[in-house]
Amino acid sequence: MARSDVQLMLDVKAGDELSFEMLLHKYRKPLVNFLCRMVRDQAAAEDLAQEVFFRVYRARKEYSPSAKFTTWLFRIATNLALNAIRDGRYRQMQISIDAPAAEDEPAFQLPSREARADDRLIERERNQMIRGAILTLPEKQRAAVVLHKYHDMDYAEIGKILGCSESALKSLLFRAYETLRVQLALLVARPAAQPAGEGKRHEL
Amino acid sequence: MSCEKISNALIAYLDGRASSDERFVIEAHLKLCAACQERAEEFRRLWQVMSEVPAVEPSPAFDARLRQRIAEAAKPKFWGWMLPAPRFAVSVALLVALSIWVGGRRPRSVNLQNMAANSEEQFRMIKDLGVLENYDVLSNFDALSDLPASTQPAQDQQQKRPSDSPGSGSGA
Ligand SMILES: [Zn+2]
Repeated sequence: MARSDVQLMLDVKAGDELSFEMLLHKYRKPLVNFLCRMVRDQAAAEDLAQEVFFRVYRARKEYSPSAKFTTWLFRIATNLALNAIRDGRYRQMQISIDAPAAEDEPAFQLPSREARADDRLIERERNQMIRGAILTLPEKQRAAVVLHKYHDMDYAEIGKILGCSESALKSLLFRAYETLRVQLALLVARPAAQPAGEGKRHEL
Repeated sequence: MSCEKISNALIAYLDGRASSDERFVIEAHLKLCAACQERAEEFRRLWQVMSEVPAVEPSPAFDARLRQRIAEAAKPKFWGWMLPAPRFAVSVALLVALSIWVGGRRPRSVNLQNMAANSEEQFRMIKDLGVLENYDVLSNFDALSDLPASTQPAQDQQQKRPSDSPGSGSGA
């Protein structure tokens, strides 16, 4: 039977290096992705993820399973990320996320013939736009959204990670998604709601 | 129930984590309120859109880098074993004595400054050896610390002394 994360960590505490490798293997990718969505770029995210795992290892002797392992792990990661962001060590993306959303940028008015010619570019631009919108959220909202949306955590766990009550978290999440809904209106708004009669739109 | 009161429970409703009571209230509201219906619809689409963004892969060197960092931290700290080492203390003392002797004619402040720079240089040399991560060098370190570390900088200083003036005037 597979050992639980808590058991693995207890084994690390007892001196079993292999258990640490297993935890690393399991959480390396989720953690890098979480941090990638919190800070500007992947290199910065990996630096932070390194720090998280290093601290986990360093704290192994003091580990006591008072919470889920993921709660502990992501709490360390969130604190490090929030501190780094507040220090300004990883400047938030200042790129043009706001601009294209506010002005009607043709690149996102899919699909024209030219646009379809380079679907991959469009995909990349869409992804950048979405990542960018998340990065412009205030950092605590950002963390809440990322944990909720991309890590599928429940309110109790996210609340413990962020140190806030469930009801505070719910309103945090609502405000964050409300901001994203507006910022990403071009990607989110119902097609029927857009003015009819633009030829390009019917080329599909 | 008002739209505002609905809004905080809306996310939980949409992600399936609302209680059955909440669900009942929200569904009743959504039937009557086009604005909230629209918003709910857009939240659903927002989540779809957000799911499009692919996950990144950690760089291949990630694990190796971490293991290296852990291994480095596990090594005894240089300061920890250097400072109590009598040889090191003796060499520092010799260095200080030498500096004072060599700098005898100089104004005292300049002399102290050089001393500080000098021992700093020595410390840096010692620390740099750690960066090499060469176990041979580390294990032979005792031998190294005997001669060159203590005498080299002093010799440098001796050679430079007669001609040097660019650095010495500024700080005093
Ligand atoms: Zn309503």
